Amino acid sequence: MTPARKKRLALITLMLAGVTVGVGLALKSLDQNIMFFFTPSEVLSGKAPQDRLFRIGGMVVDGSVNRPGDGLTVKFDLTDNEQRVTVSFAGILPDLFREGQGIIANGKLGSNGEFVAEEVLAKHDENYMPQELADMGIGEEKY
Amino acid sequence: MFLWFHKFGSPPHFYRIAGKWIPWLSGLFLVLVTAGLFGGLIAAPPDYQQGDSYRIMFVHVPSAWMSMLVYVAMAVCGIIIMVWRMKLAEIVLISSAPIGASFTFLALVTGSLWGKPMWGTYWVWDARLTSELILLFLYLGIIGLHNAIEDKRVAARAVAILAIVGAVNVPIIHFSVEWWNTLHQGPTVTKFDKPSIYWSMLLPLLLMALSFQVYYVLALFQQCRAELLRRERNSKWVEEL
Repeated sequence: MTPARKKRLALITLMLAGVTVGVGLALKSLDQNIMFFFTPSEVLSGKAPQDRLFRIGGMVVDGSVNRPGDGLTVKFDLTDNEQRVTVSFAGILPDLFREGQGIIANGKLGSNGEFVAEEVLAKHDENYMPQELADMGIGEEKY
Repeated sequence: MFLWFHKFGSPPHFYRIAGKWIPWLSGLFLVLVTAGLFGGLIAAPPDYQQGDSYRIMFVHVPSAWMSMLVYVAMAVCGIIIMVWRMKLAEIVLISSAPIGASFTFLALVTGSLWGKPMWGTYWVWDARLTSELILLFLYLGIIGLHNAIEDKRVAARAVAILAIVGAVNVPIIHFSVEWWNTLHQGPTVTKFDKPSIYWSMLLPLLLMALSFQVYYVLALFQQCRAELLRRERNSKWVEEL
């Protein structure tokens, strides 16, 4: 390589390194804003905002889904395997909603510690398999 | 090897070679995409949770991979342009941009259509979706910048810098689902663990990915040939054609 080319290559490497560090620092400082949702543990330890909308994400606890009152409102517990938060929601649940499924709810924390959701989204996991294998209970282990 | 590289880099030689490859690549693409679509849409079993809706991933996942791969190819061209001032790299870079933009657009649209029934929403501003949208804007920015500068050798250098700087976004897209919590699921295939997908679904997915790669080279060769003729229209070898 000629000296001129070496110099240009060094300059580009330097530029790329600079941009990487810059973007890295920016993303690091924005960490909390890029996080799409809070876990139940974070919500209970007071990391989530109190007076505005935020999202909470977790697994729907088995056997916790119930419909008290008018039958339109549905209540269920979300867990991150450490803490749980009860969520209430009046609306249409997505197709993938079921017990044991990952869910993200957007809403506010009520005064009684219950999360009042305005929107519920299902978080799909990365596993794909045919129905027959899922019935055999192979779903727990990965291929 | 170095001699071959130099020869390949010369415009008339590249024009000839690319022209010879195009019919072969077209045939290979047709075979692969037919096998991939048959495997994905007909042979693969429905998913245990999503039923048949998951089949959109046979287009969505390869286009998303290609959107990143094409960008990396462009960034590599950018470095070659800046360091070695190679003419062919300039042509490959700018010819890749519309192809990459199309793959990105396809990934965003198919993902959105799948998101409505599965997640319950067409769009959310999570890290994966936002960074992929930024990638689309990078592609469009590169095309726009190239068109805005009259002198194409100057334009190529400006575009090269944008392509190199924008490459920072590619690892962000890939790792966004691991660094932050997102609505988009984590990686199924491209991780250091075994893929969490049944083989009869994985095989057509890989076939589709391969066919998309062949398609990229095919489309790239065609674009490059057109761009070469446009640029070298006054040169002797073009007049001889």
